[in-house]
Amino acid sequence: MFLYVLKRILYSVPIILGVSILTFALVFMAPGDPISAIAPADAPEEVVQALKISYGLDRPVPVQYLLWLKKAVTGDLGVSIASGRPVLGEILTAFSHTLSIALIASFLGVGLGFFLGGVAGFYQNSWLDRIATFLSLIGISVPHYWLGLVLTIVFSVWLGWLPSMGAGPDSGAFYWDFEHIKFMLLPAITMAVIPTGIITRSVKSIVAEILAREFLVSLRARGLTDMTVLKHVIRNALPMVLAVVGLQIGYLMGGSILIETVFSWPGTGFLLNIAIFQRDFPLLQGIVLILCMFFVILNLVIDILQSILDPRIMRS
Amino acid sequence: MNSIGISNVPRRKTYWRDVLTIFLKDRSAWISGFILIVIFASAIFAPWICSYGPYQGSMSARLLDIGSPGHLLGTDELGRDMLTRLIYGGRMTLLIGFTPIFLAFVIGTTIGLVSGFVGGKINTFVMRTLDIFYAFPSVLLAVAISGAMGPGIMNSIIALTVVFTPQIVRVAESAATQIRNMEYIDAARMSGASSLIIIRVHLLSNVVGPIFVYATSLISVCMILASGLSFLGLGVKPPEPEWGLMLNTLRPAIYTKPFLSALPGIWLFITSIAFNLLSDAFRQAMSKKS
Repeated sequence: MFLYVLKRILYSVPIILGVSILTFALVFMAPGDPISAIAPADAPEEVVQALKISYGLDRPVPVQYLLWLKKAVTGDLGVSIASGRPVLGEILTAFSHTLSIALIASFLGVGLGFFLGGVAGFYQNSWLDRIATFLSLIGISVPHYWLGLVLTIVFSVWLGWLPSMGAGPDSGAFYWDFEHIKFMLLPAITMAVIPTGIITRSVKSIVAEILAREFLVSLRARGLTDMTVLKHVIRNALPMVLAVVGLQIGYLMGGSILIETVFSWPGTGFLLNIAIFQRDFPLLQGIVLILCMFFVILNLVIDILQSILDPRIMRS
Repeated sequence: MNSIGISNVPRRKTYWRDVLTIFLKDRSAWISGFILIVIFASAIFAPWICSYGPYQGSMSARLLDIGSPGHLLGTDELGRDMLTRLIYGGRMTLLIGFTPIFLAFVIGTTIGLVSGFVGGKINTFVMRTLDIFYAFPSVLLAVAISGAMGPGIMNSIIALTVVFTPQIVRVAESAATQIRNMEYIDAARMSGASSLIIIRVHLLSNVVGPIFVYATSLISVCMILASGLSFLGLGVKPPEPEWGLMLNTLRPAIYTKPFLSALPGIWLFITSIAFNLLSDAFRQAMSKKS
């Protein structure tokens, strides 16, 4: 067990390094000299040179990367070009905001997905199955940013029940009271739609596959109740379902940009939008790096949990 | 169709014919196919169908309601006919939704098949390198790349191709790895076929079906993501008609003309459902056959 965990952690190291290289390379994908993203176009030559040296842009690229990485490891992701503040602080505040709606969305998505997928898998080809399958098709097909707009129209404009923008009074500090949760609901519901669709589909096919296995057919033949059969199905489905759920939570965190833009939710996605349009590369790189680290660590945790639930995974 | 009558025909031909027969019996395949044909045809023949031009606006006829005389679906924020813009918009949306998947299909299948066929250390290296792309949530990767490269259609297409290629490589590689130790590959090699011919004739023809079905299931995701990039201002630039961009430019109107401002999303939604239904029907036909 310990060896497996260690191996799995070691395996993540090259991936994290690869992610950092790709993130660092984002600057070089931009048209023109990276310095042009930092210095104003009319800056005098001396200022440009001084900036180049202070950002280390006069050194060869691999050296630049190593210097950047060395700083990043200690938590120094540089200073935002637009706001002049350290990038890490800004990202962590935004991260907590995204995490709060992502958590609500995960609960909704996982709960609903399990229910619909389980029902569809258990009662195959019934009308329940058809409804669940139809709902999941809608979930995976709907453009979620459009759904966000529609929900805004219905719940904010027409009914006036929920606010359509922002994170509530004094978005600096964060509280879990109704005054704030009110602002989370629309973005979180919108966010939950895609994972609900995908989890429903996966749970359905996993349940159907397990129900077709011989040991369950024999359990049923021996006259065991549906409840007992359900227990066996859950026991067998859990490791596979866990992998799907973990992936979806990671996608929620990384894919929040469209939803946060629609609802002006002050999370990482919104910050990413600002970073892109202000050409703020330290901020852009910082956000991408932090979100990917979260995703890699999440995958690691899921893998380890999976191997605890199903020790066969460790041996293969 | 039963296979008794045609049992002497080589298997490969009947396989696809049977899949097609099952596919054509599926009602949802017909409905979604019909919707897609209408959307494609109207986008292609837009100049002959529409009575307005896509850029032709009128300052006195802005944000007209759905059902206004002369404008069946109303007009947008610059007084341009909505129906015309939606029909023309299909051109761009379908183009940036399709092209990355097509490119990813070609590039990904090539890399996956060669890498899986060669095997060994090279394969491990290729697949480990691609694992790095899997550490990025796909929306984040698309936004980060096209954000860094700046707005534009080409940049969106490049970013989305980068997002979808590794996924196709994985499918192609696992299929190739399964097949490469089959006896008929050994037989082909013994008969003197070069690696290139084995990959092209034996591997490709056996794995292209599943990879193709997988690729079709990505089209709707890609289209929504591509329109999403335009919605953010990273893809198609105004005044070009594109569904995601239209949603964005109509956003200020959600308070006054909610139905009108939601229209481009409905188009996107219907197209996306149709693609998913079609891909599902195809996959079901293939799994029923085997």
